[in-house]
Amino acid sequence: MHRRDFLAFGAMGAGGLMLPSMFGRVIAAEALNSAIDVAVKKQLADAAMNAAKGAGATYTDVRVGRYLRQFVITRERNVENIVNTESMGVGVRVIADGAWGFAATNEMTSDAVAKAAREAVAIAKANAPGQSAPVQLAPVKGVGEVSWRTPIVKNSMAVPIKDKVDLLMGVNAAALDAGASFIRSILFLVNEQKYFASTDGSYIDQDVHRIWAPMEVTAVDQASGKFRVREGLSAPMGLGFEYLDGAASGKTVLPNGVTVYGQSYDMKEDAVAAAKQALAKIKAPSVKPGKYDLVLDPSHTWLTIHESVGHPLELDRVLGYEANYAGTSFATMDKLKAHFQYGSDKVNIVADKTQPGSLGAVAYDDEGVKTKKWDLIRDGKLVGYQAIRDQAHIEGKTASDGCCYADSWSNVQFQRMANVSLEPGKAKQSVPDMIANVEDGIYIIGDGSFSIDQQRYNAQFGGQLFYEIKNGKIGQQIEDVAYQIRTPEFWNACAGVCDASDYRLGGSFFDGKGQPAQVSAVSHGSSTARFNGINVINTARSLG
Amino acid sequence: MSILPEAQAKAILTKVVGFSKADECTAQLTGATRGNVRFARNDVSTAGVTDDIQLGVQVAFGKRVGTATINQFDDAALERVVRRAEELAKLAPENPEFMPAVPSQTYMKTDTFSASTAGIDPAYRAKVATDSIAPCRAENLIAAGYLEDQAGFVAFMNNKGNYGYQTATSSDYTCTVRTEDGRGSGWVGHNVQDVSQFNAGEDIRVAMRKASASAGAQALEPGKYTVILEPAAAAGLVAFMMYFFDARSADEGRSFLSKKGGGNKLGEQVYGPQVNMFTDPAYPGAAVYPWDEDGLPRKKMPIIQNGKLMTMNYSRYWAQKQGKPEQAQFGNIIMEGGTKSTADLIRTTERGILVSRTWYIRMVDPQTVLLTGLTRDGTFYIENGQIKYPIKNFRFNESPVIMLNNVEEFGKPVRVKSDESDTTMVIPPMKLRDFTFTSLSDAV
Repeated sequence: MHRRDFLAFGAMGAGGLMLPSMFGRVIAAEALNSAIDVAVKKQLADAAMNAAKGAGATYTDVRVGRYLRQFVITRERNVENIVNTESMGVGVRVIADGAWGFAATNEMTSDAVAKAAREAVAIAKANAPGQSAPVQLAPVKGVGEVSWRTPIVKNSMAVPIKDKVDLLMGVNAAALDAGASFIRSILFLVNEQKYFASTDGSYIDQDVHRIWAPMEVTAVDQASGKFRVREGLSAPMGLGFEYLDGAASGKTVLPNGVTVYGQSYDMKEDAVAAAKQALAKIKAPSVKPGKYDLVLDPSHTWLTIHESVGHPLELDRVLGYEANYAGTSFATMDKLKAHFQYGSDKVNIVADKTQPGSLGAVAYDDEGVKTKKWDLIRDGKLVGYQAIRDQAHIEGKTASDGCCYADSWSNVQFQRMANVSLEPGKAKQSVPDMIANVEDGIYIIGDGSFSIDQQRYNAQFGGQLFYEIKNGKIGQQIEDVAYQIRTPEFWNACAGVCDASDYRLGGSFFDGKGQPAQVSAVSHGSSTARFNGINVINTARSLG
Repeated sequence: MSILPEAQAKAILTKVVGFSKADECTAQLTGATRGNVRFARNDVSTAGVTDDIQLGVQVAFGKRVGTATINQFDDAALERVVRRAEELAKLAPENPEFMPAVPSQTYMKTDTFSASTAGIDPAYRAKVATDSIAPCRAENLIAAGYLEDQAGFVAFMNNKGNYGYQTATSSDYTCTVRTEDGRGSGWVGHNVQDVSQFNAGEDIRVAMRKASASAGAQALEPGKYTVILEPAAAAGLVAFMMYFFDARSADEGRSFLSKKGGGNKLGEQVYGPQVNMFTDPAYPGAAVYPWDEDGLPRKKMPIIQNGKLMTMNYSRYWAQKQGKPEQAQFGNIIMEGGTKSTADLIRTTERGILVSRTWYIRMVDPQTVLLTGLTRDGTFYIENGQIKYPIKNFRFNESPVIMLNNVEEFGKPVRVKSDESDTTMVIPPMKLRDFTFTSLSDAV
């Protein structure tokens, strides 16, 4: 599911029986604060592994999953919907006759999982004859029985519904009082209770928590017929409800007075700012197209990193496994061997499945591999991809990078993007220092429209807030800005990255890939960065 | 098997509604068997089958609503899910926009099921993969594709006497074929309700031809061009625009269909006079369930007539507030066209660009529905009625509203599915003038 589909989902009324079936069955709130006994999960996993082995599997992994989500959806002064969903079941993946097979069941009994295991073996055997080479798995040593939990302070699922409703109603009232015509605000809370077992000898129990508080504030000027939206500047995070405490330590006031957020979010404060800025957007002058030096805030840059670095460096795309859906990659294997100059020497990009507070952080991935941090781009040169167990040998590696994920027990796991982030500059540099040297530029805050080709060359990005920079000073707010890039030229135009004091995470709950399509949550960190001579177009049109 | 026979479904729903003590109770059963096979690099990569049936129960006490679901169907479980929904309803705040459940309706029967699609088995799926891969291997081309088939049902009942039951099937095939050197890429997609109308061995030839023909693309300057969008290419833009046909957003002043000074553009000339679009739940080959998510009966309705906006989507609440009759949300989108094939449209084109497929379409400005996206998998320069040579892909920044005011000619409509919309659509190939390409892409 893509972001706009989520917002459309959020727009559902409560007049009919409209169940968010894509997220599983709807349950009572109190059931969100519970878990399946680990002994039961082990018993189911063993039943599946034994059945698969008996049917001829040479490798089996079992994922017993309970995926919980809570949505609180509001607009203006109404609560539109409060939904608790649970999706629970078991997915069994096997190798038989050298081919993969997968089957899943929502029946939590030994008989049902054994049946699914035999079905997975049958599917593998049916697919094996047409396969040109057997699956090769990079070895993983079993870790026995272990567990891990996202280091949260407050479990969002345990916070009473009333507190959540009161929070959003306060946010909405503040935005309306500040001049907004409309506001939609949502809490989207996730808890993935994932149990992984494999014939390598691992039984891994993980409890993963995520939170997102998006909003859309709209200003309408009926006389002119113009309207503008300013979305919230929060990021989805791998944190508990403490993210919404609005702690001062999480706030950064930028040189133009805009407040942005790090490890803590003040939703009401941002709603008031959004109302004022949406009104200002209606009156803001339209950008003059041309080449500009862009200064990109981390609330914006995360999406550019995601699309133009994170995706092209996924090995399955490089190899062609995603050719029919998500696409391939310009960053081909020969470029890795030649250490292709992906960006300027200011560009260091790492993949990291361990970063605290990030959406992708887990201790083990969905094929039982211990997670890690590794280099993708070092001093501007391409040095690595993101690969999982059955791909590692193709890259000449002996181990997986630990970035395998499935969004449900009912979907098969595959390679997904790790948190991919731009490292801060090593030299001390603040945002005002960076802007002071820009003669003719645009300062962009927040993510907006995004689109990129199937090999990740040509991209176009918008934003939420745009400000002129003239002779080292930030000027007026402007509108109708989008920039177009060719990925290697863009990253080679990186003229500087601010230091670690400005480092913040952005991210997405809905990175889509695969067939059947799966979503994945992923964060991208950066400090404010400067890119010289980027092509900016004007997006204003007239419908007559 | 995840299609419950009607008698069994009705018996479950009757029990559920009978258990409820709330003012209103609506119960809905949905189930489907979904199968798929995926292949890439000329090998099968994954294949699987999932079965699921769910029961959803929504109850209301006054304007307080509660919803719960379950996937067990014994009497105790059915009563439990009703009680849980009732508990949630009692805790919920009043919804000022609450609408009572729809009373008894008469639904037309629409032809949404075919036994051939419901009968697809793993061997069939494996054959689709083989029929796609083998010809590509033989010609040193590389196939990556996907088949997903589905057979399911919906049954619902409420305590106001409304009831419906129907089964449906669908099958969606897509395949991307690339040349070994990565210089050419072609694509084919075929979405059907009845899989007997589908032949992977024939379809794959389309993608193979485009892959070979698109190699060695030349660069053209970005700018405004006459284009011929194949149905799959046009569908991406049209489907995106249809997300924004909501009357409430327009009345609130935040839609391309808002009128300056207030109100919406219903009845106004929004598109060129050649544009005709309607929705029809019984449309042959593109039928959909005869009810929408609220249980309102779908019927044939004009959406755009000779370029005039005839219908928008009204929620039940907004229709009541605006004094409009209730109407079902669009179930499918049927665009009228002519009788010409894409090849016929090419023959009458002096200079232009043929676009096989569009990709990664996103909103740039909701005020004008300005969309950006790219061409891919076969973009060609046309001169004097003939395809002259393949050209590099373009990024476009174009509004479908502007595009549908620049219509030269429509060809024969076909059923298509856009990459990012599940709406069943029938869309013609379109010849359009002044389509705006803003930059070149090196992607193949």
